Amino acid sequence: MKSHINLRNVVVALVAAGLVLLPLYSQLSGNIFILTLFTRIIIFALAAASLNLIMGYGGMMSFGHAAYLGIGGYAVGILAHEGIGSGFIQWPVALAVSALYALVIGALSLRTRGVYFIMITLAFAQMAYYIASGMSRYGGDDGLTIYKRSTFGGLIDLSNRVQFYYLCLACLFGGIYLIWRIINSRFGMVVQGVRSNEQRMQAIGFHANRYRLVCFVISGTICGLAGALLANNTDFVSPAGMYWTRSGELMVMVVFGGMGSLFGPVIGAIFFLVLEEVLSQFTEYWALIMGPLLLLVVLFARGGIMGLLGRFSRV
Amino acid sequence: MKKAFWLAGAMAMALAQPASAGDTIKIGFVSTFSGPTAVIGNDMRNAFELALDHLGRKMGGKPVEVIYEDDGQKPDVGKQKTEKLIQSDKVDFIAGYIWSNVLLASLKTAVDAKTFLISANAGPSQLAGELCSPYVFSTSWQNDQTPQAMGVYMNQKGVKSVFLIGPNYAAGKDMLAGLKSTFKGEVVGEEYTVWPSQLDFSAELTKAKNSKAESIFVFYPGAAGVQFLNQYAQAGIKSQIPLYTAFTIDELSLPLQKDNAIGIPGAQEWVNDLPNPENKRFVEDYRKKYPGLRPTYYGAQSYDAAQLINSAVVAVKGDTSKKDEMKAEMEKANFKSLRGPFKYGKNHIPIQNFYLQDVVKDADGQLSLKTVATIVKDDQDRFADKCPMK
Amino acid sequence: MVLVEQSLNGLQFGLLLFLLAAGLTLVFGIMDFVNLAHGSLYMMGAYFAATFTAWTGSFILGVLLALGATLLLGIVLEFVALRHLYGRDHLDQVLATFGLILFFNDAVRLIWGPAGLALPLPAWLTVPVQILPGVFYPAYRLSIIVVALVVAALLYLVVMRTRIGMLIRAGASNREMIGALGINIKLLFTLVFGLGAALAGLAGLMQAPILTVQIGMGENILILAFVIIVIGGIGSIRGAFLAAIFVGMIDTLGRAFLPDLLRMVLSSAAASTAAPALSSMLIYLLMAIVLVVRPEGLFPAAKR
Repeated sequence: MKSHINLRNVVVALVAAGLVLLPLYSQLSGNIFILTLFTRIIIFALAAASLNLIMGYGGMMSFGHAAYLGIGGYAVGILAHEGIGSGFIQWPVALAVSALYALVIGALSLRTRGVYFIMITLAFAQMAYYIASGMSRYGGDDGLTIYKRSTFGGLIDLSNRVQFYYLCLACLFGGIYLIWRIINSRFGMVVQGVRSNEQRMQAIGFHANRYRLVCFVISGTICGLAGALLANNTDFVSPAGMYWTRSGELMVMVVFGGMGSLFGPVIGAIFFLVLEEVLSQFTEYWALIMGPLLLLVVLFARGGIMGLLGRFSRV
Repeated sequence: MKKAFWLAGAMAMALAQPASAGDTIKIGFVSTFSGPTAVIGNDMRNAFELALDHLGRKMGGKPVEVIYEDDGQKPDVGKQKTEKLIQSDKVDFIAGYIWSNVLLASLKTAVDAKTFLISANAGPSQLAGELCSPYVFSTSWQNDQTPQAMGVYMNQKGVKSVFLIGPNYAAGKDMLAGLKSTFKGEVVGEEYTVWPSQLDFSAELTKAKNSKAESIFVFYPGAAGVQFLNQYAQAGIKSQIPLYTAFTIDELSLPLQKDNAIGIPGAQEWVNDLPNPENKRFVEDYRKKYPGLRPTYYGAQSYDAAQLINSAVVAVKGDTSKKDEMKAEMEKANFKSLRGPFKYGKNHIPIQNFYLQDVVKDADGQLSLKTVATIVKDDQDRFADKCPMK
Repeated sequence: MVLVEQSLNGLQFGLLLFLLAAGLTLVFGIMDFVNLAHGSLYMMGAYFAATFTAWTGSFILGVLLALGATLLLGIVLEFVALRHLYGRDHLDQVLATFGLILFFNDAVRLIWGPAGLALPLPAWLTVPVQILPGVFYPAYRLSIIVVALVVAALLYLVVMRTRIGMLIRAGASNREMIGALGINIKLLFTLVFGLGAALAGLAGLMQAPILTVQIGMGENILILAFVIIVIGGIGSIRGAFLAAIFVGMIDTLGRAFLPDLLRMVLSSAAASTAAPALSSMLIYLLMAIVLVVRPEGLFPAAKR
């Protein structure tokens, strides 16, 4: 067993502690925006973590993960629009619809492999995008404003920034814990085994696709939760949030942070969104820097930030 | 490794900029500064800066700081930027907004925070009606008003039938509804296109051509207007079915539309040749300060937004905590608008004239827009009754 | 009459898509390389053509220069950055070239400004032509159809009847083999990439006079091109050709006739909002169905 005190774990612990203490800093400094920004980052970290489960551990490159963000969000938005404000109804519906969608498209998509899988998940996400654009009752292309956040019978007040922040953080840590339990379970081992050698696992007698499908559904459900959180955070859902570029951004977060690393997506989400915020403050041409940076990370820093930290730890 | 920490430090610094004390007037400005419609955002910024120059860069004796944010023409991004301006920069006013859908997404954030929002362009019907707010003012129009004026003009010309084409988003739907509300002839067909990605209008033009309609009406702001006129001319329909427009031909698109725009009428609340002295100064100084560029109605509305904000700040002598007094002052519209007559309805949407504009060659041989006639006087939007505000 | 015209619209759009998809499918099929920046080359073709036409004052000359410039740009791009990505997994390629898209968009904004350019046509191309008694069609759209068909035929001849084409086909079905046969594979790759870039540039500059020239113009159409090569089967020119025309037709005919069909079942307002969304969705529905039934597209180039 290796020592647990290495650079990578120290950074992870520091980031986790920082996330827990952030509201304190925000209160002391009077900077509310940093709380708003990090609430968003945490929600995207949860979405990226769910994508990492299938991409990093399951070897399934989904290019349509933004669809779940939209589905979870629209479940909350549509119910709120129809006068059902209780989170005890909204959130289970958001999870159930995401799971159902994942089950259907997973069953169809998993017939394909490689780049065809990337493209078919993209196709389904684009369909979801266009369905949302076509719902004139719910704003169509313009999106739907949510005038009242989900209520939980006085248990927790989502309009309170700090309470909402900690709810999101709890969801993130809960999600990561769940993923950790999954990948270390027998089920998770099979899924990872299928990624590295499908034929062997088939030969041993595992129905590779069934394991893949279950993994795909779990991932989609977690991302649906992130969608419900995101809708409450922005008070707004729109088809634009399901467009393929959003799916691309989620992939970028996973890769920046380090694919197949438990905490990597969190680091990746922080890095990507903070960098975007900071660069866009300095220059309108932020993409001129972000683009080549992405190319360089792919060319020279395989394993992303967590990979780099791991390399430093070994020295 | 040191570098990484340095970078992290720099990021923390950038995020933790402390909010400055209340000795400056802070204005947030949300518009589009990237992508194909960035030209519109730039024009708005240019005009807003010119207004500040004319005001000596001070309002009520205090220096003015403007923070410009790019919405990328996306509702969700616009909403985030609005949040940032209000929560992090703690601005006193927030202005701008080209797109109706971006404004609708951002509205709740501003109203909840009781920050004054001045829309310098977007005018969705909801804003004039059920979503009107004491904290929201417009220096533009309600979407329906301009096409309504066009409908009146088409009635005057005796047009019997029309085919409508527009983009499938909040403003597009308002625009076509506005035309339908005043046009007395028959609406033969109505087509919506995917916004903003669809730029090939061949299928729609073919339908319009075969519909036997006497006229076509379109609303395509920005670059889409260039493409539409191009394709309209190339399809050879120009000689058969006359085109009527709203917000499709302006000083930004004209250099690209060129001769395709000649002879195509549009309705507008501001035209560069309106004869009042403020407008003459605005147009002259704009062309001096930004050589090679010409101001558009987007810019004129932004200039008015700065003047409106100034009137409120002057009335409270720079004490922006007196929100009720500022609101009361703004409701009086106590400033000289570039478009001449300008007053507010109870829903904070201007009551104003609409003009017929035509494309002509000016003294330098360049194409420019010219006022031909006043179509309607002191026009109020048709949603004011739905506004619960007194 | 309406149907004839709308079909021509669909055919023209489909052929334009084919030009873009042909380069993409070649690069994908032979180098096993997913190039999202293909859309940027399409954009560069249009910007080059607008610039060179303005310089030289001749549309034809501008177009020829732009073709050369895109070819060159493609070769440089391949040499500097992309050849290091061959053999990496698709995800790396997608991300790296996604980065290139961001770069190209902002670089263009820096060089040419955000406003976009115009590529005016010579007068003889702006008039409508009578194709059937009483049916007029824009001359320029007709010329796109003709040029694209000629290019498709040439491409077919090159790929099926020449030695280079034989190597390309061999490369698409078994990459290691032609390397083993002593073919200079690096040169072949560079050449194919340049050819693909020129085709993308051709597509970009041909649509420019209809749709003008602006930043980000390659992104929406790029996704359509990917849909086409996936439906057609990666690496198959014939598949790309048929799929492109199919997609072009569905898109145009859907836009033309769906609103009226929907109005029969929905209220007019709901139909107006739903129709554009639905007709855009049809294409993705088609791709999903094709992939579910044939997981490797309609004409898989080879079994790997």
